Order: sequence, then C-alpha cells, then structure tokens
Amino acid sequence: MAMAVSEIEKLIKEGFPDAQVSIEDLAGDGDHYAATVISEAFRGKTRVQQHQMVYDALKGQMGGALHALALKTSAPS
Amino acid sequence: MTQVQDVQDWIGKQIAGNEVVLFMKGTKAMPQCGFSMQVAQILNQLGVAFKDINVLDDMGVRDGIKAYSNWPTIPQLYVKGEFVGGCDIVREMFQAGEFQELLTQKGIAHNEQTLTA
Repeated sequence: MAMAVSEIEKLIKEGFPDAQVSIEDLAGDGDHYAATVISEAFRGKTRVQQHQMVYDALKGQMGGALHALALKTSAPS
Repeated sequence: MTQVQDVQDWIGKQIAGNEVVLFMKGTKAMPQCGFSMQVAQILNQLGVAFKDINVLDDMGVRDGIKAYSNWPTIPQLYVKGEFVGGCDIVREMFQAGEFQELLTQKGIAHNEQTLTA
C-alpha cells in the first residue's frame, strides 16, 4: 500500500514541470510523507485549490496508496 | 444511508445547518486519528463551538464527503458553508493567524489564542 518518494516526486513533476519538490519520509515507514511544492501554477490560487491540483497530479493515490502526505504549496516568491 | 444522492443531501444539510462542521475520524471527545485530533484541538483552543461528524460511523459519509468536497482525505472543516481545508491548511492558517481572521470575518465567536498547535 505504500508509495516510494521517487514515485510521488515523479507524479508531481509530471503535473508541474516547473516545480521545486521536496519530500520527506516522516516516519521512515514509506507511508507518512511531507511534501513542499513550489510552482508558478499556484499563483493566484487559494490553498484549497493548490492542494487539489497536487492531489489531481497524484492521480487518486492520495487517500489510497498514499495514506499521509502533509502538503505545503506556494508560488515562487 | 445507502443512496449516494441521499448521502450528498445529508452532508449538504449538515454543512448548511451548522456554522462550523468538522468531518473527522472519531469524535471531538475521542479523535481516532492524529490529523483529526489536531484540527479539533485548534478549534478547542480557540473556543469555537463546532459540530463533529464521525465518518467512521458511516462508510457512505466517509466516501461521500470526499466526493462532496473533491478532497481525498479526512478531516475536512467547513465554516459557514465554505470548505476551509484539511489538517495542513487549517494548521498553517492557524499558525499564521489567518484562521482567526477567517472566523472573525465569518462572525464565528472565538477567543484570541495564538498559541501554535
């Protein structure tokens, strides 16, 4: 049921080619991650919209194979 | 509740009928997931009265709220009919003081706590 960091990163980069992505495996169990995604695509969007865009990029894995992903999103400053 | 449309209607009524609604795993007295607990704690810290809906009581609601909000995870917080977000967003807004501002804008009674969760 778990997802590898590289797999998460790949999906996010596919969705946001310009993104700076950093992913941390919080518990070392391949199941609890924190991700920071910085992309121009987020500019002018609400936090809810930004997170929904990332969830879309993850193609339904969030809440499924990916149990816990703490998200932080922003546009480049 | 088995019919998808019935569940969507029921969820809509809960959100319309309560100023602050938290869809969570467990109850505010006994959260059963760390993320749900964090949001409940923030609301308690701010002294916000809220309705808790335990999605573990009903699989239809558990799946239904995800579809309703187009949001894949629990918890989910609604304030005055508006989807505010899940644990990450509520915590980030609380720590920045934006959540308190939102409550003030929406006319939700709360105290001025600014401690971090």
